Amino acid sequence: MTALLHVDNISKRFGGFVALDGITLEVQPGERLGLIGPNGSGKSTLVNCICGTLQNESGSVRFDGSTMDGLAAHERTHRGVARSFQLPRPFHSMTLADNLRIPLLYTVHARLGPLRSAGDLDMRCRDLLEMVGLAKKAKQMPRDLTQVEMRKLELARAMAAEPKLLIADESMAGLSHSEIEDILALLVQLSERGITIILIEHIMSAVMSFSQRLAVLVSGKKIADGKPEDVVRDPEVVRAYLGQ
Amino acid sequence: MSTAKFSLIAVAIGALVMAFAHWFHVDYLFFASYTILQFIVLATAWNILGGYCGYVNFGSAAFFALGAYSSVALIKFDGEIDAWFPEGIANVLHHIFPLPIPVLIMFGAFVSGIVGFGMGYLTLRLRGSFFAIATLALAVVLQTLIVNWDFVGGSRGAYVIRPENLEFAGIEINYIEYLFALMLLLAVIALTTARVIERSQLGFGFATIRDDELAAEACGVPTLRLKLIATTLSGAFMGMAGAPFPYYIGYLQPASAFGLEYAVNSIAMPMIGGTTSWVGPLVGAILLGSAQQYATVTISSAVNLLIVGLMLVGFVIIAPNGLIGLVQERLRRRQP
Repeated sequence: MTALLHVDNISKRFGGFVALDGITLEVQPGERLGLIGPNGSGKSTLVNCICGTLQNESGSVRFDGSTMDGLAAHERTHRGVARSFQLPRPFHSMTLADNLRIPLLYTVHARLGPLRSAGDLDMRCRDLLEMVGLAKKAKQMPRDLTQVEMRKLELARAMAAEPKLLIADESMAGLSHSEIEDILALLVQLSERGITIILIEHIMSAVMSFSQRLAVLVSGKKIADGKPEDVVRDPEVVRAYLGQ
Repeated sequence: MSTAKFSLIAVAIGALVMAFAHWFHVDYLFFASYTILQFIVLATAWNILGGYCGYVNFGSAAFFALGAYSSVALIKFDGEIDAWFPEGIANVLHHIFPLPIPVLIMFGAFVSGIVGFGMGYLTLRLRGSFFAIATLALAVVLQTLIVNWDFVGGSRGAYVIRPENLEFAGIEINYIEYLFALMLLLAVIALTTARVIERSQLGFGFATIRDDELAAEACGVPTLRLKLIATTLSGAFMGMAGAPFPYYIGYLQPASAFGLEYAVNSIAMPMIGGTTSWVGPLVGAILLGSAQQYATVTISSAVNLLIVGLMLVGFVIIAPNGLIGLVQERLRRRQP
């Protein structure tokens, strides 16, 4: 089976600081990959390089059989990579339904051609909001939402682009236990629909229960990659997290 | 309401205004209203970039002046035809020149649109106050160029003789009425365009740029391209507003065409009216424009900018989202 995402030896530096140092990572179609690492280890930089927010200086990113190097972020979204942001970034001046309308208009439209009528669009928005349990708040503004609802909106908006790969960047940070369960259930549901998911998270219980495979970044290098149970016992990983 | 219906109503209102002004038959009324209409176009143009996309342009006067000076250049060109070209070509050119004002308007729109595109391209990575400073710099650079361009009069300025009347299909039309009618039409076009944008996919895209560019890109919005569309459109409309100006004013000099008045008014009017809808610049321009005209006649023309300043300060405190925002907020509260 060929990999859906193939990150090949990419590096990124900010001035003298090496944020990513030759990372290689493969994700198979339908896989649930957990990506962990201490603060500042380069997880978000890696996500930004995959999504096109940042451009890697060396190495290449292949997605779904073709290279994405040099493509702008919106072009990568059109190819089928979607992300949620660590801190929710909703469009503040729009209602929830309109927030979801953007990827539908700009990505799904662009991919399929103008197939959808206004009624179709409304229905899709409603379906997506229902999926995350926000259907009743369709006409409200993002400022009326709670933290967990904001995270759900963030995921729904990423899903609206009908991606093949979803990268959830710390979508559970700061949530309560039951709220984490909520988001996890949502992610599992998405995975069951056949969407490949990369989960970046600090909350180990969530990562362990969700991931089929676990990769660990430490200061810009990948130090472990394998079955979650094996990875957490890896002495190098333990050292990185707990110190010596 | 469909766009066709809206533009029909807008044209009808325009015709009504025109008929009313004609019936009064006071030249001053045309002069004063022309200025207000011109500001409706300028404010609407500013709002396409500043209100919809959130990019504050301090260089409106430069785009306006570019439109005016491209007209001056074409008018001057007409006077030089015999000196520059052999007789054969000159004869052909005399059939084309002098160009009618609608053509000058299109030319002004073209020039200002291109400069708008260029400005957008050069400032792609600038946001917030840095973008505003860049537009200010552009205005200074363009003014310096015009001041040093002798062909269009340089710092001396240029005289443009306005004909008394315009003959059209055997009917004589008062020239100031003609200019007024053209500006009225431009205002209708600008407002209709703004309204179409607001309700289209483009409008949604512009709003995402205003809210969060990073998130917009992640949703598949080509922010770069949309920004260029906005700077070009906005520049083109400002150029359109400026193109008939030499005929209106009769004597154009860089200091007046690049005046602070245009830059400040094009920002203040949408701010006072409300920046998220096409209605805002319209309301703001009528309100502020009329107040300024009134003050010019009753007090002095120097009070103009003082009024703008005071109203802007007042509105920033009382209604940060403009009059439209104030009304919307009231309506929202009234709903359960």
